[in-house]
Amino acid sequence: MQPPVMTFMLENSWVIAAVPFFSFLLVGLFIRPYSDKWAGLVATSALFISMLASYLLAWDYLQISGAAPQVLVPWSVEWLQFIPKISVHMGVLIDPISVMMMTVVTTVSFLVHVYSIGYMHGENGYGRYFTYLNLFTFSMLGLVSSTNIFQMYVFWELVGVSSFLLIGFYYKKPAAVAAAKKAFIVTRFADLGFLIGILILAGTSQTIYFTSLSQPEVVSQLNEFGVLNLALLLIFMGAAGKSAMFPLHIWLPDAMEGPTPVSALIHAATMVVAGVYLVARMFPLYSQATYALEVVAFVGLFTSAFAAIIACTQDDIKRVLAFSTLSQLGYMMFSLGIATLREPLGYTASMFHLYNHAFFKALLFLGAGAVIHAVHTNNIWEMGGLRKKMPITHITFLIAVLAISGIWPFSGFFSKDEILVASLHGHPIHFIGGLIVAGITAFYMSRIYFLTFLGNSRTEASSHAHEASPVMLFSLVVLAAFSCVTGFIPFSHYVSIGQPLEHSRINLLVAISGTLMALIGIFSSWIIYGSSSGSAKRSDVIARRLGAIYSLIKNKFYFDEIYQFVTHKIIFKFIASPIAWFDRKVVDGGVNLSGWSARKVGEGFLSMQTGQLQTYGVWFVIGTIVTFFLFWATVG
Amino acid sequence: MTIMNWLQLTLLLFSIGIYGILTRRSAVGILISVELMLNAGAINFVVFNKYVAAHQVSGQVMSIFVIALAAAEVMIGLAILIMIFRQRRSVDVTKMDTLKN
Repeated sequence: MQPPVMTFMLENSWVIAAVPFFSFLLVGLFIRPYSDKWAGLVATSALFISMLASYLLAWDYLQISGAAPQVLVPWSVEWLQFIPKISVHMGVLIDPISVMMMTVVTTVSFLVHVYSIGYMHGENGYGRYFTYLNLFTFSMLGLVSSTNIFQMYVFWELVGVSSFLLIGFYYKKPAAVAAAKKAFIVTRFADLGFLIGILILAGTSQTIYFTSLSQPEVVSQLNEFGVLNLALLLIFMGAAGKSAMFPLHIWLPDAMEGPTPVSALIHAATMVVAGVYLVARMFPLYSQATYALEVVAFVGLFTSAFAAIIACTQDDIKRVLAFSTLSQLGYMMFSLGIATLREPLGYTASMFHLYNHAFFKALLFLGAGAVIHAVHTNNIWEMGGLRKKMPITHITFLIAVLAISGIWPFSGFFSKDEILVASLHGHPIHFIGGLIVAGITAFYMSRIYFLTFLGNSRTEASSHAHEASPVMLFSLVVLAAFSCVTGFIPFSHYVSIGQPLEHSRINLLVAISGTLMALIGIFSSWIIYGSSSGSAKRSDVIARRLGAIYSLIKNKFYFDEIYQFVTHKIIFKFIASPIAWFDRKVVDGGVNLSGWSARKVGEGFLSMQTGQLQTYGVWFVIGTIVTFFLFWATVG
Repeated sequence: MTIMNWLQLTLLLFSIGIYGILTRRSAVGILISVELMLNAGAINFVVFNKYVAAHQVSGQVMSIFVIALAAAEVMIGLAILIMIFRQRRSVDVTKMDTLKN
């Protein structure tokens, strides 16, 4: 590979992550104490600069990359050096998916910043909020541009911390604090697997850099030790924690306790896709590990179906969206899982879906935020009839619903179609599963749409709702525009791996069956929830007829309770408390014992301290004599 | 007289000195005992000079050193004693126990 032409933006690509970082320091340390208004403005304009820079970078990259995608490391500095041989660099890796992620992260983050200026207006901790948002954006940009796994791990944790801070933003609310802790502990637990995976990988292959990890020698070296599948499964555990794959999904629905724009940015569009991104980043390795890849595919498919089913029964609008995020993340995961280097369509489709999903899911959350802002409740049964009161929110939300349901010509249709096409060849279970999930997705998304925007107002609050402020609408409209057009991007032209793809055309059979499923979903949802009179009654009847199954689903298959049981009744009781006892009695006891014995010995010697000169003299003489005899006995 | 007899004499003198230091109540008595021990040491130097290295004088020189040292030591010791006596009206070492505990 000849050295590529460096453009100004490529050489200075670190700026994209650095701007939010310096803005984080500036806003957090100097501006926040004095002016909330300026904190918001500075943070937002920093993101604007970063967004422009990332577009410029993407443009430059497309200019130079030509036909085959290139992997560049235009900027890298040594960060840590353990021994001369082992050092960790911090750098920027430029390849199609990192460029794509940078543009997605900066765009969504910028729009969320703008939206938040309106949404968070007058809240306590307005400046703190923007400080955290900048910190998060910096960490996420550092994560996507990592040149090595170690750097990725550092930013991975930073992202987790900022997520923790933002979920617990309303720190006076016990539910928010509990949710923040839960998110942090669950992802931290998953990161343990990630870390062990990194250590195995780095230990056997002697490298941590993505560019060298994708070499075939590394794969054969890992296979020689027989740890390839193990290491990749452990790394997938980390990815599953961040992307909330089953069974580590429990933190994401609770994370909705954070402010709604945060849910849009972190828990829908950017951070939760970090797991998908990680698997995609390590795909050259995953593609050699059939077993690990199969696990990825099945966990993805199961999560996707599992979350979609739960989403149909939830009443909290944000929770429905959270479960739909889970479901879509599962979609991306299984699409990665079915890709191989010879048939890499799944890889491209997954990245395409990630890209589209970021926009329409952010739009859904921001729209839901506007609704919540207007009616002051999260419960969809207390909304209704908002179509006339919030016309712009309504239109943008409708676009997002159609996009996620996979209706032509909105973006979700194209990527979902591509995923289904990818699974059509040799993965019948995934194809059928994906099709069914697409139908369920359309069902629950139109359910919240019907209940929120159509019909009549069901409560006083929703009848007095009014349209959101122009700042908020700006973000909604921009995201809606994205959701309309991003589907037409010839994505496979830009993002691919392994065998070059044929310019993917729409497979008519798949497109028709997918759309049909979506229409069935929407239609059945219309019958149950849409018809204006007695919609509550009809859904109640169905719920009663389903009985136990309904309450099982409604309670999320009792997964929280199972975890609660396992952690409290088993782990706390049989592992944690014996260890605590051991720590308190044996470890602390040992330390106390040594202190106590030293004091007692000291007290014993104290009585020898008479102050009598001649007593000391006697001891001295005895000591001399003993020493003399010892010397005599050993040497003489 | 053999070297053994001389050494027995100095050992006796030294032991008496130690005994005196450990048992005398009066500080003056202790100083005298110290003198005994120093002189035992000085005699030892001379004796070894005579029996071990007869052609040299280093042992004798050392003994003169010891005598000079003893004179200086007694002077300082007595000065301290006088100061203590002025303060406490006694030179009983068993009462000097302010270092206790």
